[in-house]
Amino acid sequence: MFPVIKGAAYILAHTPDMVLHNGTTQTTERTVNPDSDYLKQVPKNLRSLEQFVSYPPNQTYIGNLSPDELAEIEMPWYDKSVEGGAAIGEMGEIFAQDEFIGWIKISDVFDLVLLEKDFTDSIRAKIEGRTGLADNFRTALSEGVSAERIEKEIADKGAEALIHDGQTVGCVKRAHDIDANLNAHVIFENLVSKASAAMALVTLIERWDIDPESIDYVIECSEEACGDMNQRGGGNFAKSIAEMAGLIHATGSDTRSFCAAPTHALINAAALAQSGIHKNVIILAGGSTAKLGMNGKDHLKKGLPILEDAVGGFAALISENDGVHPVLRTDLVGKHMVGTGSSPQAVISSLITAPLDRGDLKITDIDKYSVEMQNPDVTKPAGAGDVPMANYKMIAALGVMRKEMERGDIPGFASKHGMVGWAPTQGHIPSGVPYLGFATKDIMAGKIHRAMIVGKGSLFLGRLTNQFDGVSIVIETNPGEVEADTGVSKEEVRQMVAEAMRSFAASLTE
Amino acid sequence: MSFFDDKKIIIIGDRDGIPAPAIEECLKDTSADIVFSSTECFV
Repeated sequence: MFPVIKGAAYILAHTPDMVLHNGTTQTTERTVNPDSDYLKQVPKNLRSLEQFVSYPPNQTYIGNLSPDELAEIEMPWYDKSVEGGAAIGEMGEIFAQDEFIGWIKISDVFDLVLLEKDFTDSIRAKIEGRTGLADNFRTALSEGVSAERIEKEIADKGAEALIHDGQTVGCVKRAHDIDANLNAHVIFENLVSKASAAMALVTLIERWDIDPESIDYVIECSEEACGDMNQRGGGNFAKSIAEMAGLIHATGSDTRSFCAAPTHALINAAALAQSGIHKNVIILAGGSTAKLGMNGKDHLKKGLPILEDAVGGFAALISENDGVHPVLRTDLVGKHMVGTGSSPQAVISSLITAPLDRGDLKITDIDKYSVEMQNPDVTKPAGAGDVPMANYKMIAALGVMRKEMERGDIPGFASKHGMVGWAPTQGHIPSGVPYLGFATKDIMAGKIHRAMIVGKGSLFLGRLTNQFDGVSIVIETNPGEVEADTGVSKEEVRQMVAEAMRSFAASLTE
Repeated sequence: MSFFDDKKIIIIGDRDGIPAPAIEECLKDTSADIVFSSTECFV
């Protein structure tokens, strides 16, 4: 029996101060050109929390505005707002920066994060009100320390400052005097990733009323590495995040493949659930402060505000078949292989048409393709183009080559079988998975029957290989019949009949 | 004689467009000297 996807949750942490202090575009500029005009302009061009919340793509990310509704809003979107846009969404939540700093604090179990006393008191109610947090983490803010103590840690011991509204409200201390893998900067980035993943996990648990004790396994799929100088990427963010939500029956592990990792995680989770090894598997990832303001220079040049001002996160639950939720077709998985090559045609064939051929499906049999769902409002002004649109054009072109579509159908393919991008440029966060929540909802509602999730990863950025990576999987309506283990599902019967007809047709042409 | 013959070439490919190895492949039949080739991710 194919496994199912039960639901997904999405979070954004609005982090305007971290754009200037932690985004690599800005920190690099500070190193090479400390008096630059750009650095002076950044603080004047950051969005308020209200602007951030009502920004149409952000409302889509947390489920308040469907991709179709977003497509109806004329671009650019940065100067538009959704009337009544709320921070709480049908599938997720937007967190303010001060609350996010609180989550960074409670994610730290080694007393490395210090927060100022009054600041701590100002966020305490928000953190302690999260029912999805395990009790020992919900109450882990502690009393806070003096501002002088924090300044001393930063000035004398190389601690990384935590800044909110231009004021230092805390710091992250180094975890070792010499080890570069445990310095304050690395600890900060890893805690950002852990905290934002935990926010997504807790949101998933609260939103879908999940029993934390029912979860068997967690797969974390971000782009960070945790470890010390003797095991730099030792890992298991997954278990550390599971602990925060009290998933006492779960263990976990991390999966890495740059932006392709979430789809690898989805396929791995599906395999675990289908095999019966684990009944309930959560895949999740937090985001990254390094990518904040990545395209900021281009945005300011074109008169836009800094649009990369948020850390993203997601979580999704994959379970054994319940006869209700959409099934993950583990027989329709695409993979870019070592021998596939790098031409766009070879890439798209391996990810899109190879799995379709296995299921005797045409390109047009997939109602929606979820590819790299980067928000074009961010990427177009920076010269990186409309990434989802570029992917849809290649899929459509392949459809024409395979004679499954007419050339004239190419322009309409993107709107019919694709979507406009809405996800923040947080690497792995926009890759395939932003649609999991909508796909589950739309398939359950009968709005669509079948979707394909596609993840692509830029392995060459790690300088170990020139290989690219990508995987894909089809999700579709649950036929609704849960068979006994020894039985045969309706879907399997359909496949057997299709195979028999194919061999019969082949025998006629011989 | 191709436009690329005897030229020194820098290739910057795009992960979501044409990757560098695919562009290199197209230049194999010329006498172009590829001095740098890299695929970048712009998102």
